[in-house]
Amino acid sequence: MISAEEVRKIASLARLNVDSDDLSRLSRELGTILDYIKQIEAVDTGEAQPMSHVHGIVNVFREDNVTPSLDSEELLKNAPDYCGRFIRVPLIVE
Amino acid sequence: MTELCHLSLSEIRSGLHQGTFSAAELTEAFLKRIDNHRVLNAFIEVLADSARKEAQLCDTRLKRRERAPLLGVPLAIKDMILTAGTRTTCASRMLKDFVAPYDATVTQELKSAGAVCLGKTNMDEFAMGSSNENSAFGAVRNPWNLERVSGGSSGGSAAAVAQRLCAGALGTDTGGSVRQPAAFCGVVGIKPTYGRVSRYGVVAFASSLDQVGVLASNVRDAAILTGVISGYDPLDSTSVNQVVPNFEAHLGQEIKSLKIGIPDEYFIPGMSAEVEKIIKQALKKLEDLGAELVRVGLPHTNVAVPTYYILAPAEASSNLARYDGVRYGRRAADIKDLDELYFRSRSEGFGAEVKRRIIIGTYVLSRGYYDQFYLKAQKVRSLIARDFKCAFERHCDLIACPTAPSSAFRLGEKISDPLAMYLSDVFTIPANLAGLPALSIPCGFDSSDLPVGLQLIGKPWDESTLFKAAYAYESATEWHKRLPPEAGAGPTF
Repeated sequence: MISAEEVRKIASLARLNVDSDDLSRLSRELGTILDYIKQIEAVDTGEAQPMSHVHGIVNVFREDNVTPSLDSEELLKNAPDYCGRFIRVPLIVE
Repeated sequence: MTELCHLSLSEIRSGLHQGTFSAAELTEAFLKRIDNHRVLNAFIEVLADSARKEAQLCDTRLKRRERAPLLGVPLAIKDMILTAGTRTTCASRMLKDFVAPYDATVTQELKSAGAVCLGKTNMDEFAMGSSNENSAFGAVRNPWNLERVSGGSSGGSAAAVAQRLCAGALGTDTGGSVRQPAAFCGVVGIKPTYGRVSRYGVVAFASSLDQVGVLASNVRDAAILTGVISGYDPLDSTSVNQVVPNFEAHLGQEIKSLKIGIPDEYFIPGMSAEVEKIIKQALKKLEDLGAELVRVGLPHTNVAVPTYYILAPAEASSNLARYDGVRYGRRAADIKDLDELYFRSRSEGFGAEVKRRIIIGTYVLSRGYYDQFYLKAQKVRSLIARDFKCAFERHCDLIACPTAPSSAFRLGEKISDPLAMYLSDVFTIPANLAGLPALSIPCGFDSSDLPVGLQLIGKPWDESTLFKAAYAYESATEWHKRLPPEAGAGPTF
């Protein structure tokens, strides 16, 4: 079970709007899913360690050498609004 | 002309080398076929002009007697994988005009091998889905029955291969997204060992689970394609420096005394009785071929789906945070401030399922819930991986089970019930959690004439045994020779 209020709050953390029309449906769906995933609480995990990488690879480094990078011009082509080498964004600092 | 498209990838390769037909003829034949089957909606973008140009270049190279593993072979690529200079949309409004500035490593590998790219295939948005109904570009229809789903999220690739719109295709598999649509569409689909194939240039959904996979109409073709895309890539820090064997080397070898584990937990109430029967017949066939079937226990199977639906959405919520309307992707119009930039760009860009998963992911990572859900799920994950490790160490060389609990369901049947949709991944999810190689191979048709897939799960890095066993089964059966009805000629009930 998850309240509409909590759905709004969590959605807001992820910077997502939820329409009032969708809110009750979404709460219901999420409630069902959350009740389902709660099953894992009952699992006895004992001494098990959390697994984030299946092969246990750690600390993959490379040499600190300068190598060619991607082309900025190409990358900027996908920017919604840009000017020269800069991406234009709304003013956020008054 | 159409007959060219019914040749296997390896036959196409030989035909091109011997000059029986040209790459240009072949590409034209596939493009025509794609056009005749638009009803499937398997492609988001058909790259006809560039495919023709690529084919011409291939013909020049073939005439010069140049050789490359896939020279002139027309393939399709899931639209989750970057192809430089062309759109890569992930079937989302968020990226509908995004043009990839570089090739994914796997794209580069196909190009180096001489392949022709026919187009980008349709998929569930950001690879989130099991039916290909979550696409901003419309659902994909199953070639065997147009009122049924193709499966997902690599539905477009699976449908395209099944209907011979390409000689093979790339997909991605995070919870079953190559294997399940392969089963629903009656083709071979493989998800290699995690770390076998580079994820550089593959849009991230759940980084610890995603792998690029291959869809093909038969086992040998799948082995060829898997070999081309496999290999260590320094650009992907999760890529593993493991020798890539010749995956074709063991095809045709006997499987006598191969020990195949049959997990009790994969035959569950609620799965289709017909599917269960067909799978058991397939297992019997493997036994007839000399394999030894042994019962194994994978006791944490029943919590694999909840574990996945904590970890995958959590990783997705993090990975999809980059879509903020700033540097690329959709930016909402007429925004007044930073909040509007984020909220509106993201809410307008993402579809319902993507939003659902981002919210679930945010929830399980949030303060107060992180330990109880995310951390706990990571621990359960290690237990699931350990179950497989024990089974392989003590009892068997590979595991055989169903790919999906049912054959392809109807379009619209599960779309209003997200949980029901998630449960269709029950048999495929464990291999992603454990990082194991797994493939689906056609093993029969149910009473609705819909394909059923047998899944084989192997030890880490042991795709060769999977291919060997799958090839032995395929050679002793005829399922892979059946073709779906031509568009407009099939049943629509």
